[in-house]
Amino acid sequence: MSEEKTYEEKLAEFEARIQRGEKIEPGDWMPDEYRRQLIRMISQHAHSEVVGMLPEGAWIPHAPTLRRKMILIAKVQDEGGHGQYLYHAAESLGVDREELIAALLAGKAKYSNIFNYPTLTWADIGMIGWLVDGAAIKNQTMLAHSSYGPYSRAMVRICAEETFHYKQGKEMITIYAKGTPEQRQMAQDALDRWWWPALMMFGPPDSQSIHTKTLMRWKVKIKTNDQLRQEFINEIVPEFLALGLKIPDPDLHYDEETGNWVIGPIDWDEFWRVIRGNGPMNRDRLEARRRAHEEGAWVREALEAYAQRQRQASMN
Amino acid sequence: MNEQLQQALMDRLVAMADDEVILGHRDSEWTGHAPILEEDIAIANIAQDELGHALIWYELAEPYTGNDADSMAFFRDARQFRNVQMVELPNGDWAFTMLRQYLFDAYEMALLTRLMTSQYAPLAEAAEKIRREEIYHFRHSSIWVERLGLGTEESHARMQRALDHLWPYALQLFRPMPLDAHLVEAGFFPDPDQLQTAWQDVVLPHLKNADLTPPDAEPIYAHRHHHTEHLVDLLADMQLVARSIPKAVW
Repeated sequence: MSEEKTYEEKLAEFEARIQRGEKIEPGDWMPDEYRRQLIRMISQHAHSEVVGMLPEGAWIPHAPTLRRKMILIAKVQDEGGHGQYLYHAAESLGVDREELIAALLAGKAKYSNIFNYPTLTWADIGMIGWLVDGAAIKNQTMLAHSSYGPYSRAMVRICAEETFHYKQGKEMITIYAKGTPEQRQMAQDALDRWWWPALMMFGPPDSQSIHTKTLMRWKVKIKTNDQLRQEFINEIVPEFLALGLKIPDPDLHYDEETGNWVIGPIDWDEFWRVIRGNGPMNRDRLEARRRAHEEGAWVREALEAYAQRQRQASMN
Repeated sequence: MNEQLQQALMDRLVAMADDEVILGHRDSEWTGHAPILEEDIAIANIAQDELGHALIWYELAEPYTGNDADSMAFFRDARQFRNVQMVELPNGDWAFTMLRQYLFDAYEMALLTRLMTSQYAPLAEAAEKIRREEIYHFRHSSIWVERLGLGTEESHARMQRALDHLWPYALQLFRPMPLDAHLVEAGFFPDPDQLQTAWQDVVLPHLKNADLTPPDAEPIYAHRHHHTEHLVDLLADMQLVARSIPKAVW
């Protein structure tokens, strides 16, 4: 029997594998901190998908055409599917879905702050598809290169579907920006309300991000929050301007030297306030999830009882 | 096709489309609120299918109604809808929703199977296509009836209560529409009485296996242009955006 390796040796091997670009798989040795960070990120991501069903689901009943209604239902359904897929990825790290959901319902787990903002008009559905899913794709495309195999593969699949949502959202806003005066106003109002929260989706600035350094060393993330945010701004600003929409930032300007669109200061106080639970919809979102969970309790009990009955029947 | 047959065909196509659009709308209200994530996904899928079927029926009716699917769904009032009352009732609990879905799916299976041999070719073609999706709905709702009927004391009680409530409404599905005789004679549409027999032959044994008993109650035998107040609320929700800027493209 070979001699037991020390923690330092195992860590060195682990980091060498990551340096070589290998994926880490569920049964492989990994530092506790790596496991902890991944559980944190993947479960937050899964919760975001599930909570994210609510603000968009709220407009399914009001969708203005049958085709739009079907597309929106399909989109929210995809989010449920992503949640399911991500909970599986988290389970590969030794936690279970029930435990993660319990933490969410107890208000102990985080999910994307963006879903604590309200959807107030139909144009919000288009703006979420374009702006919010656009920001999410930026982040998820990066995570598709993440060192943890199951997460990386989940991201590849999720990005493919998100790209549809993004295209549909962009199509809607493009139509509304060129539509009737009321539609145009709806589109502008949606941009006014979603612009800053969408930029905050990339997380706190690098100077304040407590996790970034470790996550980058282990290639869980390969770009910083600020890098991704800037790339996103550079891509999307010209597209909004081309439609004649105004970006709600008086300081926004193009910097010839760097080729960047430079934004004014982000209100990080608002970001932290919403994270702490004091955004416009935090309480309502959690309450909706709790209600679905509580009202579904008898259904889950019946499922369990029925399954047990089937097992007994098959044994006899 | 003579005028009366055309009228009869249009009435039936619109009735089928209206059933689907209203049920699809109700199902979609569960998205994000179902008892387990897997069912959020399943019911969202079913809702999309039902709306897709509505689209097909409205489009088949379009030469006769002169209106496209969206005008039919978003610019008619409650009095103009021809859906049965069962599909407009609020969702209630999961037992109510699944049982309603089951009773409707079983009706649709019986109907579509017969429409596949309709003498009106577009109806036969559409029925074949729709039936392929309906098989999955029917399996899904059938198994839920069994699970909840045989699950716990509580789930059984909720299912029985849902059945007591829904059964009289379900029988409205088989009330003939005024011009149906023309359709039956032309071989376009099955005889509603035979449809009811076929439906009962499937539904009664399945309910019995799930330990559920239909009530001995008089059917709600309203015409399809009679509605409950719930349809008004549903349409207010559904038509809100479309009617806010009537000439807009969405």
